[in-house]
Amino acid sequence: MTRSTDLIDLLINGQAYRLDVEPEMPLLWVLRDELGLTGTKYGCGIGQCGACTVAIDAVPVRSCSLPVAAAQGAVTTIEGLGSPDQPHPVQQAWISAQAAQCGYCQPGQIMSAACLLARNPDPSAADIDAAMTNLCRCGTYPRLRDAVRLAAATLRETT
Amino acid sequence: MNRLTRRRFLIGSMAIAGGVAFGVYQLRRPLPNPLDDIDQVRDGSAVTLNPYLIIDAEGVAIITPRAEMGQGIHTSLAALVAEELDLPWQTLRSLHGPTANAYFNAAMLEAAVPYPSWDRSWLAEGLRDATAVAGKLLGLQLTGGSTSTADAFIKLRKAGAAARQVLLQAAAEHWGLSLDGLRTEAGAVVDPDSGRRLPYPALAEAAAQIEPPTDPPLKPRQQWQLLGRALPRVDMVAKCTGTARFASDLRLPGMCYATVIANPYLHGTRAGFDASRARTRRGLVRIIDLGPTQDNAIAVVADNRWRASQAAAALEIDWRPAPDLTGDSVTMLDEIAASIDQLEPDAVPRDDGDAEQALRIARAEAKPVITAEYRAPFLAHTTLEPPSAVALRQPGRLKLWIGHQAPTLLRDLAAQQSGLDPDQVDVQVELLGGGFGRRAEVDFGLQAAAIAEAMPGIPINLTWSREEDIRHDLYRPAAVARCRGVIDQNGMPWVLDMDIASPSVMRSFAGRMGLPALGPDKLITEGAARQPYSIPHYRVAGYRPESPVALGNWRSVGASFNGFFHECFLDELAVAGGIDPLAMRLALTRDYPFARAVLQSVGELSDWETPLPRGDGRRRGRGLAMTHSFGSTVAQVVEVSVGTNPDQDGLRIERVYCVADVGLALDPGIIEAQMQSGILYGLSAAVMGEISFRDGRVEQSNFHDYGALRLAQCPEIRVRILESGDAPTGVGEPGTPPSKPALANAIYAATGQRLRDYPFNRYIRFA
Repeated sequence: MTRSTDLIDLLINGQAYRLDVEPEMPLLWVLRDELGLTGTKYGCGIGQCGACTVAIDAVPVRSCSLPVAAAQGAVTTIEGLGSPDQPHPVQQAWISAQAAQCGYCQPGQIMSAACLLARNPDPSAADIDAAMTNLCRCGTYPRLRDAVRLAAATLRETT
Repeated sequence: MNRLTRRRFLIGSMAIAGGVAFGVYQLRRPLPNPLDDIDQVRDGSAVTLNPYLIIDAEGVAIITPRAEMGQGIHTSLAALVAEELDLPWQTLRSLHGPTANAYFNAAMLEAAVPYPSWDRSWLAEGLRDATAVAGKLLGLQLTGGSTSTADAFIKLRKAGAAARQVLLQAAAEHWGLSLDGLRTEAGAVVDPDSGRRLPYPALAEAAAQIEPPTDPPLKPRQQWQLLGRALPRVDMVAKCTGTARFASDLRLPGMCYATVIANPYLHGTRAGFDASRARTRRGLVRIIDLGPTQDNAIAVVADNRWRASQAAAALEIDWRPAPDLTGDSVTMLDEIAASIDQLEPDAVPRDDGDAEQALRIARAEAKPVITAEYRAPFLAHTTLEPPSAVALRQPGRLKLWIGHQAPTLLRDLAAQQSGLDPDQVDVQVELLGGGFGRRAEVDFGLQAAAIAEAMPGIPINLTWSREEDIRHDLYRPAAVARCRGVIDQNGMPWVLDMDIASPSVMRSFAGRMGLPALGPDKLITEGAARQPYSIPHYRVAGYRPESPVALGNWRSVGASFNGFFHECFLDELAVAGGIDPLAMRLALTRDYPFARAVLQSVGELSDWETPLPRGDGRRRGRGLAMTHSFGSTVAQVVEVSVGTNPDQDGLRIERVYCVADVGLALDPGIIEAQMQSGILYGLSAAVMGEISFRDGRVEQSNFHDYGALRLAQCPEIRVRILESGDAPTGVGEPGTPPSKPALANAIYAATGQRLRDYPFNRYIRFA
């Protein structure tokens, strides 16, 4: 059996990949199980919770519901955003606000916030409410609001 | 004799004969240090001074042997040790460490004694001591009951202080100086006269040869540097950079991915299954019938988790419902309510005055008796990380990587399942993507072990689907309360009489775990029975009907429904008496100054005396509730508003004010976050939480029909912390019980609509 014609090209965190996977496999499982990028989480599989949120060309996408063949563009996962030694300003704001509790939803929350701030550097409270739709069962929302505002302020200063 | 029987015997002898003859030897003998067995200590690259410390060339690592499920426990436990050892916080390392009986939770069992937490009488304290002994015999390493800091408060500081003493002594011997002049700071022993310093790693070898003091003095509170402050959490950077590892993130060579499909029917059967379509799926490795011990669940193993779920979806399984079973939750609730008439009380934990006689007199005098029936639904936990575990079976050995709240229980049951001794099973506790009581259950861990048993040598990464999680939870039980009240001539409660019926979580949980469950279930009435109020005729009785539904501990357990029942009904009595709900509670707490202080504080914080704004076309209201649970007293005021056309402009939860008396506040930043967390967990259930059964199956399946509040619906939450004690009390759970009644009471204040069951979105549109 040959699948050479079905190879799928991806650009993830600046790196090009050519993979032999089913085109309908959701991007989430390609990231996690094929590439070992486990920062992106599975929470529901139906695009409801947002634990799997990644950025594609700075647009937030629920990767559990996106067939990998449709992942056209530059994919950024939490691993590509920043690192423990060099956190992205959004990640730094999350750390300063001490936002995470169990932490499982936070990669998705942070990707949603990074996408919001990339297109709207000074979001209103209503903008934040509208963009931050990811589910958190620990109830970190009050600190997430603080963290988004803090990140926005930092990004405006540095750009 | 198998292990479970023996364990039952141990606590049985404790309970019946006092167990003293058997218990004293076990109690006095220190449990072995589990760190003696870890690789780094065995190969000499690290030294351990006690079960909470490893010192290697890099410095000190603190063992924090409780499940980190978001409540910041690794941070708070590490701070207890680091405070006494004078360790610098910035470079601190903490590890969950091995699963071991030495890390037993004594406070968990102490909290189970049938006395209110404020009762410090000799009888209550004596029983607490006795149960703490039982705790050691059972060796349960448990994270639950909001007990972790209470359990660790002395123990971990003593561990730090004892290690400091031997490090000081080692330095004194090295320099040939007396101990007295030496100090410790920033992870080193310092000789102030010469300015010389010896970092702890340089002293560890010598210190390990010195017998540590058993009862070292502790730093006075005024000298604390770390405790009492909001510290940067030890897990924060990893959790914000995607580098925090949860069980399903583990990657091992040759690993396969698994999912399971279990019987959707309560106690149902499986007539057969056809796997032929599933077998053709790409990447499929194995389909395993887990058999009757695993509820006839079928596991599907593939080279990728998505491929496993695709193959699982292609299985054709002939599930059959159980005959003669109450399979719908409406009837289940009616049966729970009927048990109040049909059963004798399981317990009457509060019986002040003579409520029955007082009600008779009231009726004879034609005084109004206020009556109400309250109901609460079944609930699921829905941790955001679905149940997941990695298992690897090797000859004579089983290894599990899992986020778990009760790893010694899981170890023992997995050993029994695999025909191994407990010491052949290694449970490595990973970070928990939410716990809330769900991860005290062993079902998913035992499934992973069973799959691994069928595929020796291959690491199995099991992750449940969300659908499986919602349909196969161990649910928060449904409950019913019948309440009667009479007010006196001043409008104050004169009689409060509550009958509360709920199937027993304790019996259900203990039955699964092979743990003893003797006597009444205190959980049925907790959060209602021992509340810090004085009412002349005050009776709370619990009833324990059977249920076909397997039940589990859901954040705040019995208090999760009893707070709602008790505090809503008290609000009804305030309305009937024409008394302000805060003023009424201030009067009722006259014998409980700690509770009165909490009420006064929440009144100030919420500006209770100032009327809410009017004239902008929105109706507003505030509601108050207070619940004493897990040793802490928490009062909340919820503010809501609703537009003139509630069908178009739904009800908004605007603000929550929360005052929590937590005894002693170890980390105010974490406590604030836990209160916010507990409130939102409770409000989510109040607004939209319900698990319903129809025809023997759970009707909900994912977050579209079992939801929770989102950021846009999240109220502003202000938290104030009070400290009335000299030791910490519960934090993770006590924020949840008052949230639902405070919301219901606010809705009543705003709309005049009294809600006596939830979810409230049955009755009200929320924004």
